[in-house]
Amino acid sequence: MKFYLMHLMPYADLDLDYDQKHNSAWVTLPNSYYDPKKGAKLYNRYLDELEYADQVGFDGVCVNEHHQNAYGLMPQPGVMAGALARRTKNVKIAILGRALPLLNNPVTVAEEFSMIDNITEGRFIAGFVRGIGAEYHAWSANPANSHDRFHEAHDLIVQSWTREGPFAFHGKHYQFEYVNLWPRPYTQPRPPIWVPSQGSSETIEWASHPDRRYTYLQTFTPVAMLAKYMQMYKDMASEHGYEATSDQLGWSVPIYVAETDEQAIREARPHIENFLNKFLRMPKEMLLPPGYLSLKSMMGVMSAKATIGQKQTIESVMEKGMFICGSPATVREKLKEYHGQIGFGHLLSLLQFGTLPAELTRKNMDLYATQVMPWLRAEIAGRAAAE
Amino acid sequence: MSHTETWETIAGCKIRVMRKGTGAPLLFLHGASGAAHWLPFMDTLAETYQVIVPEHPGFGASDSPEWLDNIGDLAYFYLDFIAALGLGPVHLVGSSLGGWIAAELAVRNSSVLRSVTLIGAAGIHLPEVPRVDMFMLAPEDLTRAIFHDQDLAAAIPAPTEQAEVIVMLKNRLTTAKLAWSPRFYNPDLQKWLHRVTVPTLVLWGDHDRIMPAAYAPAWTALIPGAQQAIIADCGHLPHVEKPQDFTSKLNAFLKGAV
Repeated sequence: MKFYLMHLMPYADLDLDYDQKHNSAWVTLPNSYYDPKKGAKLYNRYLDELEYADQVGFDGVCVNEHHQNAYGLMPQPGVMAGALARRTKNVKIAILGRALPLLNNPVTVAEEFSMIDNITEGRFIAGFVRGIGAEYHAWSANPANSHDRFHEAHDLIVQSWTREGPFAFHGKHYQFEYVNLWPRPYTQPRPPIWVPSQGSSETIEWASHPDRRYTYLQTFTPVAMLAKYMQMYKDMASEHGYEATSDQLGWSVPIYVAETDEQAIREARPHIENFLNKFLRMPKEMLLPPGYLSLKSMMGVMSAKATIGQKQTIESVMEKGMFICGSPATVREKLKEYHGQIGFGHLLSLLQFGTLPAELTRKNMDLYATQVMPWLRAEIAGRAAAE
Repeated sequence: MSHTETWETIAGCKIRVMRKGTGAPLLFLHGASGAAHWLPFMDTLAETYQVIVPEHPGFGASDSPEWLDNIGDLAYFYLDFIAALGLGPVHLVGSSLGGWIAAELAVRNSSVLRSVTLIGAAGIHLPEVPRVDMFMLAPEDLTRAIFHDQDLAAAIPAPTEQAEVIVMLKNRLTTAKLAWSPRFYNPDLQKWLHRVTVPTLVLWGDHDRIMPAAYAPAWTALIPGAQQAIIADCGHLPHVEKPQDFTSKLNAFLKGAV
């Protein structure tokens, strides 16, 4: 199993009383809440954390894209990946991802990803997502065309990496007379492609197709759902006549490790609860614009709407396995158990979340890197050898 | 006598059409919330006109055709509809999104029209006039924004039956497809509104929050010879909120327009 440090780069200095005046930390929260002096410090601190992951033995670092919000300050994740490309030496750098339907010109992403893949000599992982619903408000992209544009932009990017140029591309949404990518990707035939999702049978079906076999990455989901979706991927692969490998399955989860279980919960509580209740806060209309989900999925969400907007606690997310928190032994056992049950090959840990400050983030990283990661590596290697 | 309901297939798309009355044909184009029900103002108009109320492609019980991408597709669809049903020349009345379709249709071919009535119409953009964003509003907040009379808004129940919820989601989806960006307008439309060569009424509620009444004089100035009528103490849907005032103003205009 491979270990990655995922970062969201939240605006941790957010005035948490913003919600007395505004209903979301996204799209409509005035950017006067952002202080560039504080933001500059945060950017550099967060980049330091990602660079530190390279030194303490992670296999990769991951950044992602969110627009016009306090939850994640990486509207252009390629900037972060570019900064990391030269300062890290060993880790893979994953952009998870770019939200393809938002793009007016998908070739820009093909170019940017290919440049990072070249600079890092192949230490690059490409992520393609539809983006969460709020992005469609932030970028005025039409959510009703979201699926269509995702597939077309994907086809254009992959063709630009793998076909000899120049060639013409005439889709419904994107038309080019000349597609001729300079630079071509360093990784041949193309960089690995990951597809992060919160769980959608359409996405799993698409990612698992034998033409693609993309790594499906389940993000911030109860562990029971994680197991269900991972099994769905495996089932769809076997329906197509092949066996999905663990390399095709990934999980992204916030984790906090401290000296004892009690200390871990005490230290993590305010910061994970801020993450859940302040940074993730948005009304349903912002999260789920029309067409973002199929009518059938939308009906499911409407009937489950009682759970949206409820205050969440550290206990509620720990119970569901959406947050792993405790002593090194506790975290090791949980991860070993879930890995044994589910068999994912990529584990993305979010070790900074919400308002978690620098010193606790660093302690979390040290404990995870020295007391969890090596133990799990040995455990899994031992299990594989036994089999 | 109650209205009839039929199905018509135009351009490979089956749509639901409600009708009542005899006389000169009057085609009513509904707004973003659809036309699930026959409404009292339709009865009043049906005393004088043959009132035809289709549900647009992509709305309510009508098909969602593959070809539906933008508002121009619906303008051409209704030109085909008028030709196929032999309705022309018709009095064309459109509310909100339906007003936008009516204007797009009229700039393409006014010769099949007797008159045009735009009610709180979408389609053009005035940068200095703030509007509420219907895509950010919960259904109950949207209802409150649509009506000036908040007692009336409170009396309109949010859909709870599954079939009604499906229709609401379908209508919102098609509305997004047509009007997400640019938000409820076509930047090219106002260049060609001088092509509307039939008598035109621009009708508005004075307290319209969805498409504020400041839009009425803009439309009136863009369409040659257009008349303007403002309905007092009224929101975005004068035909629902002030049906008597609405029908009397519309009837007076249509009499003069023949």
